[in-house]
Amino acid sequence: MLIYILKRLASAIPTLFVIVTLSFFLIRFAPGGPFDVEQQLDEVVLANLNRHFGLDQPLWMQYALYLGGLLRGDFGPSFILRDFTVSELIMSGLPVSITIGLLSLGLALMIGVVFGSIAAFKQNRSADYSVMVFATMGITVPTFVVGPILQIVFGLTLAWLPLGGWNDGAIRNLIMPVLVLALPQVAVVARLTRAAMIETLRANHIRTLRSQGLPTLTITRHALRGALLPVVSYLGPAAAALLTGSIVVENIFSLPGVGRYFVEGALNRDYTLVMGTVVLVAVFVLVFNLIVDVLYAVLDPRVRFEG
Amino acid sequence: MSLLTFTRRAALAVALLAGTTIGAMAQVTLNRGLDGDPTTLDPHKTSTVTDAHVLRDLYEGLLIHDNRGQVAAGVAERWERSADGRTYTFFLRANARWSNGDPVTAEDFVFSMRRVVDPATAAQYASILFPILNAERINRNQGASVDQLGVRAVNATTLEITLNTPVPFFLELLTHQTALPVHPASVRQHGEAFVRAGNKVSNGAYTLLEQSPGSHVRLRKNPAFHDAANVRIDIVNHIPIRDTAAGARRFVAGELHLTVDIPADQLRQLRQQLGNQVSVTPLLGTHYMAFNTAKAPFSDRRVRQALSMAIDREFIAEQIWQGTAIAATSFIPPGMSNFGEAPQPSWVNLSAIDREERAKALLREAGFTAANPLKVQIRFNMTDNNRASMIAIADQWKQIGVETTFISTDARTHFNFLRERGDMDVARAGWIADYNDAQNFLFLLESTNTLNYSRWVSPAYDAIMARAAAEGNLERRAVILREAAAMVSEEQVYAPFLYFTNRNLVSSRLQGFVGNPRAAFASRYMSLTN
Repeated sequence: MLIYILKRLASAIPTLFVIVTLSFFLIRFAPGGPFDVEQQLDEVVLANLNRHFGLDQPLWMQYALYLGGLLRGDFGPSFILRDFTVSELIMSGLPVSITIGLLSLGLALMIGVVFGSIAAFKQNRSADYSVMVFATMGITVPTFVVGPILQIVFGLTLAWLPLGGWNDGAIRNLIMPVLVLALPQVAVVARLTRAAMIETLRANHIRTLRSQGLPTLTITRHALRGALLPVVSYLGPAAAALLTGSIVVENIFSLPGVGRYFVEGALNRDYTLVMGTVVLVAVFVLVFNLIVDVLYAVLDPRVRFEG
Repeated sequence: MSLLTFTRRAALAVALLAGTTIGAMAQVTLNRGLDGDPTTLDPHKTSTVTDAHVLRDLYEGLLIHDNRGQVAAGVAERWERSADGRTYTFFLRANARWSNGDPVTAEDFVFSMRRVVDPATAAQYASILFPILNAERINRNQGASVDQLGVRAVNATTLEITLNTPVPFFLELLTHQTALPVHPASVRQHGEAFVRAGNKVSNGAYTLLEQSPGSHVRLRKNPAFHDAANVRIDIVNHIPIRDTAAGARRFVAGELHLTVDIPADQLRQLRQQLGNQVSVTPLLGTHYMAFNTAKAPFSDRRVRQALSMAIDREFIAEQIWQGTAIAATSFIPPGMSNFGEAPQPSWVNLSAIDREERAKALLREAGFTAANPLKVQIRFNMTDNNRASMIAIADQWKQIGVETTFISTDARTHFNFLRERGDMDVARAGWIADYNDAQNFLFLLESTNTLNYSRWVSPAYDAIMARAAAEGNLERRAVILREAAAMVSEEQVYAPFLYFTNRNLVSSRLQGFVGNPRAAFASRYMSLTN
């Protein structure tokens, strides 16, 4: 298995290279640069800035320099947030995003799997319908609606929770953002679990267990193993969605995560910051897909590593 | 360390300790919103109003803006201007101190101003100091070295600045954040990292305690500040708020005492709920439509006049911006120094119906009829308010038979396009005063200015501006500048339509906040009541 993991990691390097190259040139071909703002700068000043950041050099040279920096783990300075390097910005935001993301993912899995299983066991009964109505709402009502509603109810009307801020990760400050971020994921996980569970419950090995009169708990345990497979394969996209989906949540709750850099970096033509976020997401997705594949093999005896 | 420095440091340490103990007893914390992260806390690399809010708390320049936005004494206690208007002498207050106890000296200002114009610094607002002797040549790498800059320390507390030519608004320029001093020893020691909390030494009412991007910039009262006795707030948190609606909710919940923006679509409701805690005040800035005068038919003055006349500015200000912007008919916003009453276009007092008739007549004269309508393409940078305003303008132009299409892009694309002189008919743009003088608006239309989006070339206009630049007498200069403004108004090279405003939510507990046209809201003037 170790060899398999190492092989997968090695094969990720060319993938990353292609991603880095494509995004480097794509963002450079977008019109406008980091210093094109409404209150435009003096021509001389602009030339000094371009020289300072190496933007006066030919593009291939900038690309070579960037790749060289990347190999040394240097993502370069941010063009817009000039007091920080891209690495510093990402490292200061990542713990926030990971805390919120993992808590939401954990919450979504817990609630989603339980709800989905209940729905499957009580298929086409009121419990099933309530779960599915809730799930559909969770997917369709966007976070920018749920967020403000929670703020108004729990922050303003009841005054139980703060409306925003990170506050060094205090639990009071985490509750609303985690709930808002988890909600659509709860819905997806519940639907996936329900569908897979219904199918698994009809499978031969489960029917055999049933015919032998085993207790429901034992049956559930066996059924879950099969039913979790689609949920596990959803973890990869879910992780990426949580990382990028936190943009709205970060804005509403004034959280200092990395989500906003995806949008702000691109809109501000903060070239190095955009590249940093692209590499971050790429690595995230590659690693999560690897974890998913490993988990798959652990859960499903039919899947084996190709050593 | 000499005995004197030792004693001073010891005294400072005691003062600091005392400060912390008192602070622990009754620490007053102000939470104020910012419209994003500051781009930098290095005053010489700064470029945004957002940076200015924080820098104004951290540093004090030779001159400052008081809480009404008026030029006031800062580190310089008093100053003298030579008879020819080219040399200024500033006398620094003896009790001006850096936060580490060092005195603020004239040498510090020499170091700082040289750093600004040094091309290696890549200062975004180096141009603010261009009136100083040799500044532009140094910044353009035209053979002058930084030690040739016209800034000289006569002694520790006397600074002499020599200009290329007399500039009547020079004192105003010195209030800009780019003219703030930095502490030379810490810049030498830490390089670019001198801005970091822990390294940063500042001379303003506050020092930097902590900076966390996206979360807050936390400042602490600077006990070494010369006016520390009158600073009422101990801790200031500048909190970036990207979602203005969420910012308003946090204000209502009491988490913020002051915000720097209000969601326009909620203004009425917020006014009902918060009453006079909602503050909308004029700011020196103008939204305008730039016509491409290098291209027919926009090279025809009648077409420009007709299109400008047909814009219902009150509707846009009141309905679309919900009163968070002010209808504009003159390019120069009201309240501009050294200018007087802004000239208005001749049609400004006509009723809406008369204007429409006049506009239609002008278009007919220019050769446009129902069978051959004028077609206009508007380019603008996409924001909710811009989109709504442009749609309203297109609808108003439809009333006079004009067919309008749009191209909207993100801001960077839009302003790059304008700078690069891409092919266009009409484009939306905006300008906020960098310094309080009409020249800072009117220079945009000089033939050689790269920001002359209209590509308007008028030797007559350039001659007027040159005359104004050479005129030392402020009254006579104002007359000349008004002549230039009248020409812009008559030609309608730009069709101004709105003035910018400060939009603040101000807690009823917060005293000392005054909405002013320079958006100068220093925390040192504020206090919180219970």
